[in-house]
Amino acid sequence: MLALRKNASRIIITAVMGALSIFFLIPFIWMISSAFKFENDVMRFPIQWIPESINVVYNFKAVWMGNVPFYLFYFNSIKVALSVTLITLVFSSMAAYAFTKLQFKGRDLVFLLLISYMIIPAQATLIPRFMMIRWMGLYDTHAALILMDMFSIYFTFLLRQFMMGVSNDFIEAAKIDGAGYFRIFWSIMLPLCRPVLATVAIIKFIWTWNDYQNPLIFLLDKKLYTIQLGMALFRDDYTNNYAIMMMASLSAIIPLLIVFVILQKQVINGIALGGVKG
Amino acid sequence: MDAIRTENPQAAKKFWSPRRKEALIGWLFLLPEICGMLLLNVFALLFSLYLSFSEWDLLSGISGIKFIGIDNYVKMFQDEAIGKALTNNLLYTVLTVPLSIAIALVMAVLIHSKVYGKDYFKVVFFLPYISSIIAIAAVWSVLLHPSLGPINQFLLELGIQNPPKWLVDPKTSLLSIAIISTWAGIGYTIIIYMAGLANISNDLYEAADIDGASQIQKFFKITVPLLRPTTFFLFVTMLIGSFKVFDIIAFLTEGGPHNSSTVVVFRIYEEGFRNYNMGYASAISWLLFAIIGILTAATWKMRKEDAA
Repeated sequence: MLALRKNASRIIITAVMGALSIFFLIPFIWMISSAFKFENDVMRFPIQWIPESINVVYNFKAVWMGNVPFYLFYFNSIKVALSVTLITLVFSSMAAYAFTKLQFKGRDLVFLLLISYMIIPAQATLIPRFMMIRWMGLYDTHAALILMDMFSIYFTFLLRQFMMGVSNDFIEAAKIDGAGYFRIFWSIMLPLCRPVLATVAIIKFIWTWNDYQNPLIFLLDKKLYTIQLGMALFRDDYTNNYAIMMMASLSAIIPLLIVFVILQKQVINGIALGGVKG
Repeated sequence: MDAIRTENPQAAKKFWSPRRKEALIGWLFLLPEICGMLLLNVFALLFSLYLSFSEWDLLSGISGIKFIGIDNYVKMFQDEAIGKALTNNLLYTVLTVPLSIAIALVMAVLIHSKVYGKDYFKVVFFLPYISSIIAIAAVWSVLLHPSLGPINQFLLELGIQNPPKWLVDPKTSLLSIAIISTWAGIGYTIIIYMAGLANISNDLYEAADIDGASQIQKFFKITVPLLRPTTFFLFVTMLIGSFKVFDIIAFLTEGGPHNSSTVVVFRIYEEGFRNYNMGYASAISWLLFAIIGILTAATWKMRKEDAA
């Protein structure tokens, strides 16, 4: 009897949550459906969830082969996000290795300093960073974006937490075999850290991909725009053509959606990791 | 020749004792992060402090930097837009933080143990968080279109005569932004809570079952107190995050209409990158830094007292 009641309440709660989840899906469904429509049908009410007449080819062409085509934004975003992710992985894991497995004077002081700088909001140093980029002659280049994003105290901290848990026995054994510091770092430490490195890579990639503020400030030339800036460009160019705007939104979201669906466990666990350890 | 060859490496070996070598390697490994810290944090902070006491329009070059004392700060306290930005930031915090935490907590508990298809819910609520806030904002800006948008057409259908004009009305612009960002961010809060729930041992609930505790009692007497550290973490992160809000506002309203949705970071952007008042923008940056510093210190103190 009790089990039956328990099941019944479980079904009811599932139904209620299911209804709630629709509220989270509907904007996505509406976006996809609108991306297939003719301009005039988007705002028609009641909403045609499955469009009667389809204009997807035109919308697709407008977004992907227009004046400033979307594939250019894609290329730029991939270039910046990949570079930033790779460099962050190298720099942060190098620092984390030094912080955990090498003994030397001043190490803990540097760590303390680094951690204390974590409270400085990036927005508070926008002006001086902009000036530095101009002086370096990097204004309006992807290098500016990469330089601004490639140091990550947060991920250094996260990797340090993980590396502290790696047993020193492996390292001692390798030392006896005559391996140097670089060998130990590269062929022992990094492979052992593979799961956490993957997590850091995924999250850093997503953050960089979705960033709007840095590209907005450091880029001028439309040909260098990342996807997020490209979105703003489309919004301004097609003020009233909502079908094209939704096609652009869809195009901006799709790659991350695919990454997320394939790697959902890693993404979710990675996000949770930051929360639990922080 | 031979003598020199054998002597030199030995001398080198003596100087490069294993400890010295380890220290050198250590600093080498830290070098990139140290450079990043010096450049992007230490130098940037000091430079912006200096600029905040100066007047500078960027175009006139470094020689154009003019020291003007505390004028920027005086101006800041008289600037209506800054006052508006501060109240908006506070309002935005009040609108987003407590509600998100409360809703996410209940939803996380339900998803954790009371539903079928746990993974489905995890993924669906997380979708908006993973999607770019700009694309999400673009979709919502059309959904919330004052006259043609599906949401207002639906409200009209329901018989509501004058549905809110959402983003284009000064009265509702900030509220609309708060709704969109709560919708987009709640998945993160749920995921963090679920990670916290996974750490609570089932024994406690079983013991409570034996004592005949109700679901509500278990929620308030076991779940909520044990999730306290998680709630605290979320509270701090979201509180600080809400003072850094920028992207969604820059994309949707640019602080308008009539500064009704302007915030501190948007003031920095507007003064610095639109009006080229680099000095004044730096002073506002220090206001932001001070706010975040105070919030961080205050929450640290709260945590210490809590633990004691």
